[in-house]
Amino acid sequence: MSVTATDVQARLTEAAQGALRPATDADAVAGVAPRFVVSPSTTEQVCAVLALAHEAGLAVVPRGSGSKLAWGAPPERCDVVLDLTGLDRLVEHTAGDLVAIAQAGRRLDDLQRDLAEAGQRLAVDPPRGGTVGGLVASATTGPVRLFAGPVRDLVIGTTVVRADGVRAKSGGKVVKNVAGYDLGKVLTGSFGTLAVLTEVAFRLHPLAESSRWASVPVGSTTAAQDVALRVAHSQLTPSGCELDWRGGSGVLAIRMDGLVHGVEDRIAAALDRLGPGAESSASPPDWWGTEPDGGDVLLKVTHEAASLGALLDTVDRAASAAGADAHTRGSVVVGTVYVSLPATAAPAFVEQLRGAANRFGGAVVILDAPPEVKEAVDVWGPVRGLELMRRVKEQFDPTGVLSPGRFVGGI
Amino acid sequence: MMASMDVAGLAAELAPVLPKDAVITDRQRLRTYECDGLAHYRVIPALVVLPETADQVAAVVKACAARRIPFVARGSGTGLSGGALPHADGVLIVMSKMRDILEIDRDNQRAVVEPGVINLQLTKAAQPDGYYFAPDPSSQQVCSIGGNLAENSGGAHCLKYGFTAGHVTGVEFVTPLGELVQIGGKAVDFPGYDLLGAIVGSEGTLGIATTVTVRLTRLPETVQTVLAAFADTDSAGQAVSAIIGAGVIPAAIEMMDALAIEAAEAAVQCGYPEGAGAVLIVELDGAQATVDRQFEQVTDFCTEAGAFEMRIAEDDAQRALFWRGRKSAFAAVGRISPDYIVQDGVIPRTVLPEVLRRIGELSEEKGIRVANVFHAGDGNLHPLVLFDGAVDGQRERAEEVSGAIIDLCIEHGGSITGEHGVGSDKARYMPKMFGDNDLDTMQLVRCAFDPGGISNPGKVFPTPRLCGEVPGPKRGAHPLVEAGLAEQF
Repeated sequence: MSVTATDVQARLTEAAQGALRPATDADAVAGVAPRFVVSPSTTEQVCAVLALAHEAGLAVVPRGSGSKLAWGAPPERCDVVLDLTGLDRLVEHTAGDLVAIAQAGRRLDDLQRDLAEAGQRLAVDPPRGGTVGGLVASATTGPVRLFAGPVRDLVIGTTVVRADGVRAKSGGKVVKNVAGYDLGKVLTGSFGTLAVLTEVAFRLHPLAESSRWASVPVGSTTAAQDVALRVAHSQLTPSGCELDWRGGSGVLAIRMDGLVHGVEDRIAAALDRLGPGAESSASPPDWWGTEPDGGDVLLKVTHEAASLGALLDTVDRAASAAGADAHTRGSVVVGTVYVSLPATAAPAFVEQLRGAANRFGGAVVILDAPPEVKEAVDVWGPVRGLELMRRVKEQFDPTGVLSPGRFVGGI
Repeated sequence: MMASMDVAGLAAELAPVLPKDAVITDRQRLRTYECDGLAHYRVIPALVVLPETADQVAAVVKACAARRIPFVARGSGTGLSGGALPHADGVLIVMSKMRDILEIDRDNQRAVVEPGVINLQLTKAAQPDGYYFAPDPSSQQVCSIGGNLAENSGGAHCLKYGFTAGHVTGVEFVTPLGELVQIGGKAVDFPGYDLLGAIVGSEGTLGIATTVTVRLTRLPETVQTVLAAFADTDSAGQAVSAIIGAGVIPAAIEMMDALAIEAAEAAVQCGYPEGAGAVLIVELDGAQATVDRQFEQVTDFCTEAGAFEMRIAEDDAQRALFWRGRKSAFAAVGRISPDYIVQDGVIPRTVLPEVLRRIGELSEEKGIRVANVFHAGDGNLHPLVLFDGAVDGQRERAEEVSGAIIDLCIEHGGSITGEHGVGSDKARYMPKMFGDNDLDTMQLVRCAFDPGGISNPGKVFPTPRLCGEVPGPKRGAHPLVEAGLAEQF
């Protein structure tokens, strides 16, 4: 390494045109303290910072609002936190095309407000707001995924800065586009390990004229699955289907969006489908679209829709074996739920769930957990196609400066 | 020649691994595979193999990798960008023998299929359970799921339901190194990079899928279709803007201009309203309560925009008739022109009137007729550039017009291809849409999957070998279309 420590600070400061400060404890990434926080306000500055990091071998962790920064494994090392909240512009919103381009640091709340003025929205509703960049890097949405699809399907173009400081774009600003590889999809959910997003183009959806919810209590794992599948096989086109489950029983709720009259007719039909005890409401259940609150460990568990019962059985059994209460909540037709539980029970619980993963056909990932849990248990678990993923990482970030160690298999 | 000696050795090595008659070396039989749906490009492959299992595909690819021999995968060969054009010194791996539907899993809303399964065949298999496979390219009677995956196929209904990329949840996949890997499955969000996002739409340059797990979509409760006739494309375009602007997302909105209508009438007698300068087909599907009300909105918007006639499909037969004119449009222009180029470009929907005007000016300036058929809801244009190759200079002028249309798309912030792919045909346009750094960055993915560059080389990314080649006019219809087996968008 040809760059000395004092040089580094001076050159980083120059690259970020002065927007550098020493890190504090509050800047730690999953318990690992960085040396500097750099806050660029242009893509060019991001390029300069990363070019220097690449040359000097400085480990860089990109950060938006920090709402999901604790997710993932702790970085192997962390020299610079790249704070992107200075890149917060709405670059373009063409309402007639249902397309918007925003910088990575723009807060989702702000973006939704921009779009709502034209009766539009970005069809995501993650439990933690955060920024555009964080949304895409973590691929986290909420109940509306049943209607609008995952985050990756809403991303139609990206501008990124590569680990070596080179700026590149993919996709564009039209929805229908098959020119070249769809890098937007590869970057979505890559947790800051491949490149730094600076701008994202999204396809938008119209705001619904009206929304209503219908809920039904479910008293057993079998009942939960039966109702979920009845919703899945219905032709009522709900835009969300969520289960809240704790201690062997729960509530399943659906959301209908659309024109006023249509929504009311569909809700009426849905009440029939959901069965005895179903009720409709003009506002969501208070837990709708939020994370469960069973403890300080938060897991994301995926499952095949028709194995919901098996998943809930496994969760309940593993929780009682670990002597803890687990709380499950999530999108049971899509097949992604959150499970939360106390840290003390987490290692045994995760091991048991992963051991039974073939019963529900999904994967178990630790999002939030105290450092001792993340030390004891692999955050990501077994990974299909890991060797290919390593090769992708090596191509994008050959010197391993972008969020090293944060992702699957130590990537 | 070195390469052909290698191929001879390869054929001998593969014969024991593959079924009897699955290795083709006879020149006449090889010629059968010389082109895909873009028949202007023709290359006879050095060797054709027809594997029947994933292990056989892996063995073929591994043998190619060991000898650095390029390979090209081919499904049904209906692609319109030359994506399955063979390599003269390479192996063409024909996937059509792997055509079993392995599982229809209704409760999980998934199907597991081999890549040679025909798109429509999957829909038919799922229909008794109340489901279907949503991507519906017009070649769906013959195109394969593997080809849909490679090209990220769309179709008229992807306005609402999205492209193939949104419908693939897992693959068993042979990498260009010959590794057989599982990616994804029936569930979503497996941990790690979204490799499926790279693979779907990579046009065969990242490897070969040997099993595909796809989403099945619930059949809608109801479908409503209207055919609306307008004096010109401007007023039809106004109706489209009004519909989209009101927050309605139809399953499809298709537009045809006067020349395209004339061709369709000549070919299939679809009986569109006389004197129409443009027709729109608008289809809504979903829950009855929603569709009924939105349909009223749609017909109101059409009336306001000046529709002089509207026909509402009474039943599936009439709906099929509406679609027949639209779906036959590509082949139909063969009735009014000896030769034509099928173009595929995308523009932001809001610039549609301006771009159509510019296309009209180009057409007039060069004395070349252009029939316009397009997915109006998402700005995906399919101009059909008509010419007579027997007339001196017409071909060249048609190619100029076709190229200028793509330039218009780029100039207006659109794309050089909405669904036909880059393939062999448009690799040379890629630098107009993307800079060197953008293309380099895409190629990082290529390098990760295919360091030797043997998987469908020369496609998607511009290479010296393809630089400066002429655009691809079509003469007559694709053999499958002529045989009545397929329609094309």
